[in-house]
Amino acid sequence: MGVESKSRSFTLPSQIADVPGTEGWQSMYPYYTRFQPEDDQRFWFYNAMHFPEPMPAFDALTAEIPYEALGAFTTRIFAFPTTMGIEHRIVNGRIYITANPVTDPAELQRRLAIFQERAGYYYENWNPIFGEWKVRMENLIHELEAIRVPKLPEFDEAEVVTKTKGLGQNHYIRENFHRTIELFSKMWHHHFEMLMLGYGAYMVFFDFCKKAFPETADQTVARMVAGIDVLMFRPDDELKRLAKLAIEFGVDDLFTADCDAKRVLDEMHGRGDAGNRWLAELDKSREPWFNMSTGDGFYHHHLSWNDDLSVPFAALPRYVEQLRRGESLERPTERLKEERGRIIAEYRELLRSEDERQAFDQMLGLSHLVFPFVENHKFYCEHWFTSLFFKKVKEFGALLVTYGVLADASDVFHLQYVEIESALADVSLAWAGGGKPLGAAHWRPIVEARKCMVERLKEWNPPPALGPIPPQINDPALQMLWGITSETLETWSAKAEAGHENEIVGFAASPGVVEGIARVLRNVNEIGQIREGEILVCPVTAPSWGPVFGKIKAAVSDIGGTMSHAAIVAREYGLPAVVGTGKATQRIKTGQRLRVDGNRGIVWILD
Amino acid sequence: MANRNLISRFEEIGIADRPTVGGKGASLGELARAGIRVPSGCVVTTAAFERFLAAVDPAGSIRREIEQLGADDHAACSRVCAEVRTRLESAALPEDLRASISAHYAELYTPAGFDEPGEPVAIRSSATSEDSADASFAGLQDTYLWVRGADSVIEHVRKCWASLYAVESVMYRRRLKLPEQGLAMGVVIQRMIDSRCSGVIFTRSPNTGDRSVVAVEASWGLGSAVVSGEVTPDKYVVGKITGEIMSRTVSCKLRQHRPNAAGAGVIDEEVPVEQQNVPCLSDDELHSLVAIAKRVERHYGCPQDIEWAIARNFPPGENVFLLQSRPETVWAAKDAAPVAAPKGKPFDHVFSLLSGGAGKK
Repeated sequence: MGVESKSRSFTLPSQIADVPGTEGWQSMYPYYTRFQPEDDQRFWFYNAMHFPEPMPAFDALTAEIPYEALGAFTTRIFAFPTTMGIEHRIVNGRIYITANPVTDPAELQRRLAIFQERAGYYYENWNPIFGEWKVRMENLIHELEAIRVPKLPEFDEAEVVTKTKGLGQNHYIRENFHRTIELFSKMWHHHFEMLMLGYGAYMVFFDFCKKAFPETADQTVARMVAGIDVLMFRPDDELKRLAKLAIEFGVDDLFTADCDAKRVLDEMHGRGDAGNRWLAELDKSREPWFNMSTGDGFYHHHLSWNDDLSVPFAALPRYVEQLRRGESLERPTERLKEERGRIIAEYRELLRSEDERQAFDQMLGLSHLVFPFVENHKFYCEHWFTSLFFKKVKEFGALLVTYGVLADASDVFHLQYVEIESALADVSLAWAGGGKPLGAAHWRPIVEARKCMVERLKEWNPPPALGPIPPQINDPALQMLWGITSETLETWSAKAEAGHENEIVGFAASPGVVEGIARVLRNVNEIGQIREGEILVCPVTAPSWGPVFGKIKAAVSDIGGTMSHAAIVAREYGLPAVVGTGKATQRIKTGQRLRVDGNRGIVWILD
Repeated sequence: MANRNLISRFEEIGIADRPTVGGKGASLGELARAGIRVPSGCVVTTAAFERFLAAVDPAGSIRREIEQLGADDHAACSRVCAEVRTRLESAALPEDLRASISAHYAELYTPAGFDEPGEPVAIRSSATSEDSADASFAGLQDTYLWVRGADSVIEHVRKCWASLYAVESVMYRRRLKLPEQGLAMGVVIQRMIDSRCSGVIFTRSPNTGDRSVVAVEASWGLGSAVVSGEVTPDKYVVGKITGEIMSRTVSCKLRQHRPNAAGAGVIDEEVPVEQQNVPCLSDDELHSLVAIAKRVERHYGCPQDIEWAIARNFPPGENVFLLQSRPETVWAAKDAAPVAAPKGKPFDHVFSLLSGGAGKK
């Protein structure tokens, strides 16, 4: 997987071999995600930011539907002049993407006219549209929650007759499963409805700062843009609130280091009124704030806090302890606001003319306008909605278990969504016909084989990019979302060529320099392994790891940009962070001593 | 009102006094007035020079003779210059001027109660000309370090004055047909800091002109080693606004200048091997330098090029001194068109950026 310097190319898609023992992995994904021979001519990169692990069959839908929605808005609805949509392919379970640029001047001109009119409408009405957006999104979420997975009783409800409904329960299997997928699609369309315009605003301000202050770190520009009150901090704030209440109600003794969530809840019930009051407060926090994925909402197994209370309960003892010591857990929002104001004012003052200052005000103002959406949509979409979505799909999985088609409800995620429909049709027919579903013999071996394949595929180290290196990459979307520029590719290819064994270069995301012991986590579910004072090394740092940020010394990720949520959280926790290194999880081993330089974006392996 | 004093203390002068105390003196006065720590000092003014010249040459023959030199007559020029310099360097100062310099020199050390005999000072010429051709006036940038004792101070003041009549300087003036009348310079007499390390600061990037960063160069000993380019200094880049240390390059520093403790002048020597690769500055020191540089830049309202020293025998917090600050000129000359101009609507900027060139004429 080297880079040939002559042809300036990464490994070609056609050169990638199957991982032994995973032959036939292609059956997990739709035909339109396979690399074609002509794809060797195009440049692709591994989207490790969103898809850091091999995709289980169902989870590939979290690429398909978002790219349908993203492309609809950039290509067809707003007609972004320079960028059409994103194409994706899956190889060895990993998602590679490429963007379709527009370069023909006449075409650019034609698209620009449409873009100005349509994007202008959204920018002009941004806040009212965002207000409506939140209502629409909450309605979608409630609609999803209300979806019922039919029970299929021996005899259907009497009211089918008395209320002349005229539809059997098995019809609702089909309708409600469809409805679940449809709502997921709607959510993703709304997700991209405003997002790319938001990024457009960021890009303008970043571009200006790069020109006016060429040596200023992206993270500093990001600090000027970032707001202080963002929803992503709210779940963590809820934990702090619960820690405080535990002390107030006198039940804080239950939160010992390494306490078990289930045991704490059981004992809480035995603590009478105080215990019940605390549990009532916990319930208040859980909806909606514990609908926080431990990942970024792209994998069914990235459980939410509600699905797996061990993540929030891992943070509670620490907060209780800090409060007992008299430490304040409040985020110093006033100080953060003041500091942000000072930075903005001083940069502004350094500009050379009143004209520049006015342009700076306009661009920064636009970034501040879009920031609440860009930051907060994530909670609504990737966390709240998506956590409930996977839960709902799993309920359909449970129905398949009831009818013996699957052994475990989670096995449903090893089927493509069209295969789930097919398995559900099997059940529906069996219920209606009075016979037995045939799915057990068909699906169970497939599920078992796929589970093994996904495990094996985890061992494959995907190259960060495939195909010929383009002469230049100036797609603003790639730059803002994935931090991918011509320089990134140079770094990646230089790494593959020479490889200074002990030095890993990425983007400086949060300042500071520290040394410590590495903990490499390839999967968010391994989060429990982190020990106090370690340096987290992971494919992508997800914001829901917030509580863990109190424990670690620094964060290093394979992929991520300056405005990634991880970068925002790291800056606020004052932790050095280096993101977008390409290969940190492959080159660093747990237990190695590292120096992380968040000012320059360099990680050294000291052992 | 023009400064008629023969000698002015730093705290008595500011940037407006340039015509009578020269650029270096005026800038040091301005810094001292702004509350920036500079080694205490005074400037022998142009009035003092005029008084000295009048005493040596009451008839004004020196200036007339030089004005009559041909611009290309190198031989005549060399001869006249040599004569004039010998005359100036050997002439006695008028008694009041001599007394005044001695008194001011003594005063420099009185408040601190230094008890060493012949306390050291730096004597630096301070040109009055405004144009950027200063550097072409070879000799006008003379600096004498670690000068001790009143007689030696006076001798070096005369040397500075005499440097006005260095061949290169005179020929330069002849080529430009500049008048000799009124040609004068100030001479700075300043307490000399025995610096542990020293260097320069640019309050914008020397590489990109970025005004949001401060570049600091530092090496062991006196600043003369850095300024003369004899040593590759450590280099630091610090965010002016964030205070982040963005890069830190520790160089192998082979040479250092240090005062000749036994006598006068400066010794050029090898840096002890164990110190060569050690960074000169702690983070705290770096941050104090940056804080001072920001103050100076704010005071002047434009990016600065600063010389600094960290004194060996002063406690932290009181040991950082500035030796000079002048407006940065390299990038100032390149500052081109504005990066952006305001548009009708804020989001019009998005249209320009994402137009792929289609929106531009």
